[in-house]
Amino acid sequence: MNKVFQSMRIAFRALRVNKLRSALTMLGIIIGVGAVIAMVSVGSGATDRIHQQIAAIGSNVIIIQPGSQNTGGVKSGNGNSQTLTEEDAEAIPRECPDVVYSTPIQQNQQQVVYGSNNWGTKIYGVSPDYMTIRDIRIEEGEPFTADDVKSTNKVALLGKTVVDNIFAGEDPIGKTIRVRKVPFTVIGTLVPKGQNSSGQDQDDMILMPITTAKKKVMGGGRQNNWQQIGQIMVQARDGRNNNAMDEIEALLRQRHRLQATEDNDFQVRSLEEMAAAQEQATQIMGLLLASIASVSLIVGGIGIMNIMLVSVTERTKEIGLRQAVGAKTNDILSQFLVEAVSLSLLGGCLGIGMGVLASFGISYFAGWTTLVSLPSILAAFFFSALVGVFFGFYPARKAALLDPIEALRYE
Amino acid sequence: MGDNHVHALRGISLEIARGDFVSIMGASGSGKSTLMNIIGCLDKPSSGKYYLDGVDVGALERDELADIRNRKVGFVFQQFNLLARTSALENVELPLLYSDNDKSKFKERAMQALMAVGLAERSDHHPSQLSGGQQQRVAIARSLINNPQLILADEPTGALDSRTSIEIMGIFQKLNREKGMSIVVVTHEPDIAHYSNRILQFKDGHLMIDEAVTTPRNAERELAEMPELEEEKEPVA
Repeated sequence: MNKVFQSMRIAFRALRVNKLRSALTMLGIIIGVGAVIAMVSVGSGATDRIHQQIAAIGSNVIIIQPGSQNTGGVKSGNGNSQTLTEEDAEAIPRECPDVVYSTPIQQNQQQVVYGSNNWGTKIYGVSPDYMTIRDIRIEEGEPFTADDVKSTNKVALLGKTVVDNIFAGEDPIGKTIRVRKVPFTVIGTLVPKGQNSSGQDQDDMILMPITTAKKKVMGGGRQNNWQQIGQIMVQARDGRNNNAMDEIEALLRQRHRLQATEDNDFQVRSLEEMAAAQEQATQIMGLLLASIASVSLIVGGIGIMNIMLVSVTERTKEIGLRQAVGAKTNDILSQFLVEAVSLSLLGGCLGIGMGVLASFGISYFAGWTTLVSLPSILAAFFFSALVGVFFGFYPARKAALLDPIEALRYE
Repeated sequence: MGDNHVHALRGISLEIARGDFVSIMGASGSGKSTLMNIIGCLDKPSSGKYYLDGVDVGALERDELADIRNRKVGFVFQQFNLLARTSALENVELPLLYSDNDKSKFKERAMQALMAVGLAERSDHHPSQLSGGQQQRVAIARSLINNPQLILADEPTGALDSRTSIEIMGIFQKLNREKGMSIVVVTHEPDIAHYSNRILQFKDGHLMIDEAVTTPRNAERELAEMPELEEEKEPVA
């Protein structure tokens, strides 16, 4: 222990003698470690956001979309056909034991008018279960009920953005708004959810009964087929996501009378699955960023090796003297190794500070979520020590194995 | 050195007794450097044997040689070889760093060694703040610190003026007389050699002359007889 302390003292003195040189050498490590910390923080920030997003959407959510339809050999693309019906949506929770809630969704962009104000927003025709699945809560007023759906009542629930834009400070509850000239009574407002991960405003929407939306607002197009809907959103029992998906697939195939040889005319996807895929992509991205950054750490290490080799040559005579007065191979080796590791560790510590600052800067100026984790700091610390040992070993060994007679004679 | 084997020394049989003060003389290429390296345990004889204090040095490993040098040999060089930007005291401490001594006594022992060469009051000066003679005295203090049996001085007065040279030789004579240390001085100046008790002359790797000095010069007396100098010149710090 005493020996280590003593080597450190000698090393720090040597580093102090060439302050500028030591600082420049450390700069390589500072930049390397800083870059790794910052890039890892960007990566884990993105991953963290996806986790939050899953939590916001609600877990166990499964989305069923119309798939490709095969009409005499011509396959339409996914989502182009209208194969799902309201009855499908109703049948799913009834027939599939692992599904708790289900709602049809029909969505459309419409202009909303109140008095002299108007606003373009998304209209969602849904069933009351939509609120439960998406975890949307009523701020004021009442939600609509299954009766409202059955009776095609012209009632609407408004998101905060819509309220702000057409009711300038007025209480919207009980007021009448118009969508495509059809009057709707506002029966409630929704608790704001903010932006989602892709920056979309989740409060810029109006919810209304699916029946009303289809018959009064989105009428036209396929007049003959009132039953067809855009998609079905379903919530599965906890941990039964995959079972629920299988049950839904089997049920819909049966309901759509598909032969064993025919492809599905719908698509069943779990949000968690989609999020997991996205998370994986983000992680790969993060890993890529970190590995690019770690290249600069290696370059920094080469800088240390370079300067240590110069230092060994410069101090050949000193090494010879130390050997003459009794320094053993390990004494000289540890002196130069400690010097290299001190450089890289000090650089590493400063680099950690730089990286933390940089990640704050990134989230402040670029608005990205960044997350500096303790493991990444510890890893950076040990990795920079490792760089010092790895790149310091060769010069230190070279110093330790010098012939004392030659070294003493060196000018 | 190269592929040709050059016998720097051949057929040497030499014994240096404890408490001896020996000068080694010879032109360059005479083999005196090689002999000095062997005596100082920096090098091993390619054939033949060298015993230091009863130990066969030729049989030792690299680190064992370092240990012997640390405990039994004190080196003094022509160019002083002090560590720059390091105080005199810390320079003197250097051999202690590589020994197993009690660390708490380092300062005290280094101070004693500096006192023995008359430089106690300059312990915190760096080499650049000391004159050549003072630097050489620091180097001697460093060679003394581990109480070695042998002090090996390679042209110790080569970079010094004549008065300072006499002072340095005076220190060696005092150490030899009072502490009974064996001292080996390599020099090409016959004047300097005559401060010792025995002179060895080398030529072409052979020991030509081995003679006792009947009346060695006495540095202390010579200094006392010299005109007093105002003050030793010092570089401006």
